[in-house]
Amino acid sequence: MKQKGEMKKENGNGNQNKKYNSRFPLIFLGIVAGIYCIVAILDITVAIQALNAFFDVLRQIIPVLVLVFVLMFLVNLFIKPKAIAKHLGSKSGRTGWIIAIIAGIIATGPVYVWYSMLADFREKGMRTALAGVFLYTRSVKLPFIPVMIYYFGGLYTAVLTTYLIVFSVLTGIVCEVAEGKEETPVPKDKHPE
Amino acid sequence: MDIRASAEKTYTSMVQVIPQILGILLLVSLLLTIIPPEWYGMVFTGHPLVDPVAGAAIGSIAAGNPVTSYVIGGELLNTGISITAVTAFIVAWVTVGVIQLPMEMNILGKRFAIARNLCGFIFAILIAILTEVTLSLLGGIL
Repeated sequence: MKQKGEMKKENGNGNQNKKYNSRFPLIFLGIVAGIYCIVAILDITVAIQALNAFFDVLRQIIPVLVLVFVLMFLVNLFIKPKAIAKHLGSKSGRTGWIIAIIAGIIATGPVYVWYSMLADFREKGMRTALAGVFLYTRSVKLPFIPVMIYYFGGLYTAVLTTYLIVFSVLTGIVCEVAEGKEETPVPKDKHPE
Repeated sequence: MDIRASAEKTYTSMVQVIPQILGILLLVSLLLTIIPPEWYGMVFTGHPLVDPVAGAAIGSIAAGNPVTSYVIGGELLNTGISITAVTAFIVAWVTVGVIQLPMEMNILGKRFAIARNLCGFIFAILIAILTEVTLSLLGGIL
């Protein structure tokens, strides 16, 4: 008899079957390279400017990427699925929401560098809603708050930040509903051999 | 999980994710090069209902450092664009990612990614309206 978690992977609602779709990343990169070729044919200056911008952004992102992969390695090594399920799973309660909100706010770098780690966490039992909350609260940029205050004022920044946090919870709930009924994942270390 | 298994699992993720991140970065760089910041202001019409939707739409396809959205938003405010439109723009900039949507769907699942981005778009407009109303009530409208 199949475990609930396995059934979820097979019915298309889970992320793991997608995560290990090995062709997509290279096809995607190939399409983007094709777009660059077309742009280069039309206007080589634009293509070169875009490539220069790409290397500038890449230099900024590399430290965050390294941090994410080190964290993934450490999480895989030390944190058991049972622990993830306990603190970020369906039964984590208010603590899970608070952890997801705080983690989303303090996480640095572009949102897409965290997708892979979130996929790992969900595989280990993280509740779908909390993944949605984490990604939404990435919109609260602590280091840039002084810049926002400079342009829009302190009151505006406080009001907007509060709404972003409140709506992160709504986003999480909608994501979970959209994915289908939340199932209690079976911790991997409890799986029969 | 032992060190070897953990390293192998992380390596597998890296091999899957890095080409996608490179693709996203290349697209973002191209978009930043092709679309000058002045273009954003040309889309707004002054309509109280259309402008927030336009702001959220532009913020959804725009990409780059959030500080850029604050700078553009500040400039838009100075040119008379409503705070609701500007707020929808800067919120959608950080919550919706049309460019990275294929990558998000591949790694986190289609339903999740589409629901999250749709929420980001709709909530950007809602948050913008609520922020303006709240600021009006608190007497702090810009």
